[in-house]
Amino acid sequence: MQRYLLSKLGQSMLLLFGVLLLVFFMVRATGDPASLMASREASPETIERIREEWGFGRPLHIQLWDFLTGAIVGDFGKSYHFRIPAMPLVTERLPATVQLAATGLLMAVVIGLPLGLVGGFTPGSVVDSVGRFLALMGQSVPNFWLALIMILFFGVRLGWFPTFGRDQWNSMIMPAFVLALPTMGQVVRMTRSSVLEVRSEDYIRTAHSKGLEPRTIYVKHVLRNVAIPLVSVLGVQFGYMLGGSIYIETIFSWPGIGQLTQQAVGWRDFPLVQAIAVFVSVIVLALNLFTDLAYAIIDPRVRYGRR
Amino acid sequence: MEEDRHIPQKADSLLDVDRTFRDRVAYTGRFLWRDWGGMIGLVLFLVVVLAAVLAPVISPYDPLEQHLQDSKMPPPWEEGGSWAHPFGTDPLGRDMFSRVIHGARVSLTVGFFGVLIAGSIGMVIGAIAGYFGGQIDSVIMGGVNLVLSLPYLLFVVFIAAILGRSLLNVILIFGITDAPIFARTTRGEVLRIRESAYVESAVCAGARWGRIVFDHILPNLIGSLVTLGTFEMSRMIFYEAGLGFLGLSVPPSVPSWGNMLSSGRQYLSSYPWIATFPGLAIVFTSLGMNLLGDWLRDVLDPRLRRSRR
Repeated sequence: MQRYLLSKLGQSMLLLFGVLLLVFFMVRATGDPASLMASREASPETIERIREEWGFGRPLHIQLWDFLTGAIVGDFGKSYHFRIPAMPLVTERLPATVQLAATGLLMAVVIGLPLGLVGGFTPGSVVDSVGRFLALMGQSVPNFWLALIMILFFGVRLGWFPTFGRDQWNSMIMPAFVLALPTMGQVVRMTRSSVLEVRSEDYIRTAHSKGLEPRTIYVKHVLRNVAIPLVSVLGVQFGYMLGGSIYIETIFSWPGIGQLTQQAVGWRDFPLVQAIAVFVSVIVLALNLFTDLAYAIIDPRVRYGRR
Repeated sequence: MEEDRHIPQKADSLLDVDRTFRDRVAYTGRFLWRDWGGMIGLVLFLVVVLAAVLAPVISPYDPLEQHLQDSKMPPPWEEGGSWAHPFGTDPLGRDMFSRVIHGARVSLTVGFFGVLIAGSIGMVIGAIAGYFGGQIDSVIMGGVNLVLSLPYLLFVVFIAAILGRSLLNVILIFGITDAPIFARTTRGEVLRIRESAYVESAVCAGARWGRIVFDHILPNLIGSLVTLGTFEMSRMIFYEAGLGFLGLSVPPSVPSWGNMLSSGRQYLSSYPWIATFPGLAIVFTSLGMNLLGDWLRDVLDPRLRRSRR
């Protein structure tokens, strides 16, 4: 167990180092980061000033060293737009994004899991068809477009929900639902297929034949085995949600990291972009680690190192 | 099919009166799902391909032509619309129907070439990792896992912002960032095939690695890669529209679905049809490709049953 977690931790550290390198070279990919940050009409003097200010003229290995040592303490320089350190700007947006993504994840599980379970136990039933339809829609309907349509109907025409901001209690319902839609589909698919798989296993037949109550079988044998793939799906999907929040937060003017990302890209504020990229990657890596830990708790095979 | 074993009593057809109504509904659902799904998917996909190829022929107007006197015209079923513009017009008086048809060209171009590039790179990398194993495998899969563990969309947005708006950039971004998924699938398949009896016999017969990889392993990969390619193409069409929506895909003058959605968002409450139709086009295409993908998986790759996903 300890060895398993340590090796996962080591992997995450290595991945984090890879992310830092990627973020460093990403901004320098076009060869001239100074003109990238300047507006298109900027004069050569302005570009030269930016180059001076950010030290883009220094040798690359010195820049990289400074970047890495700064990154360790969360220092990515000052935001070009706000003129204050970039990292606090990102972290202060975290609660709004986590609130949105967590609510979305909850919606995905609360709606998706029962549909997937019933669908898996009664393939071909009406509930199963509803579940598969939802899964197909989650895969085929772009959520940024659905967000617009929902704003139009539930916000503008019917006036049920506010169409932007984070001020009212029901502000969150539309953005969270739209953000959750692809995940909901994934949860239905995943649950359904693992139920189908698990229930034809020998140990389920054994459980039936030794006269266990169906309820006990479902809860103790089927659900526990369904939980394992579900946990990994949820871990991955949370990361997707953080990406998808770029659209959803922009559309609903939700003051989270996604909206900040879209703004930072628009302002060509690359110190801020770098801070966001590293910060969100750290969250995703931490989530992966957490998923691995959850794995070890649920699945004894992982705990005892047989994997 | 695996699912069938669990349903001892099945209605044979909708007209089978001996069965309950629920059984018959269930039967219809299964029937639609299994056979019609693939057919519908194929038809939808072909419609989109035809629209893209024949765009200049079938679209009634030039997608860039402006008729300011006809601007903001709603679709014909609403007050003030006319069948001259079945999807209405945008604020510059451009015909939305023609623009949506031309948008299929951008989406399919990005999807097709994106998958082609990602598939080619991923297949080669994955095959090398899977076939040679050991150190090479660890290094390659380390890189693949790095990319796959990143918040994908976030990095795509950043790279697009850095490289600037052009069709080639978009294709390259998707082609390169999506390669790891193909690499992972290829590697897994190669590992499996490498252990098979026919590869072993080929090795015993003295075949060199080039022959084994190209004659024995790659042809067996095609099924799963085509299936994966269909899903990935649908995903790229999605993401391209998303980038366009943020103003980071093809230049604003190009009639792409993402660009149309982006401008439609500004006029959402007053002229909703500008955002509605390009979005429906994406749903249409994506639905078609996903149904087609499900069907292809069953046809080309019997080991990966639909229920497994």
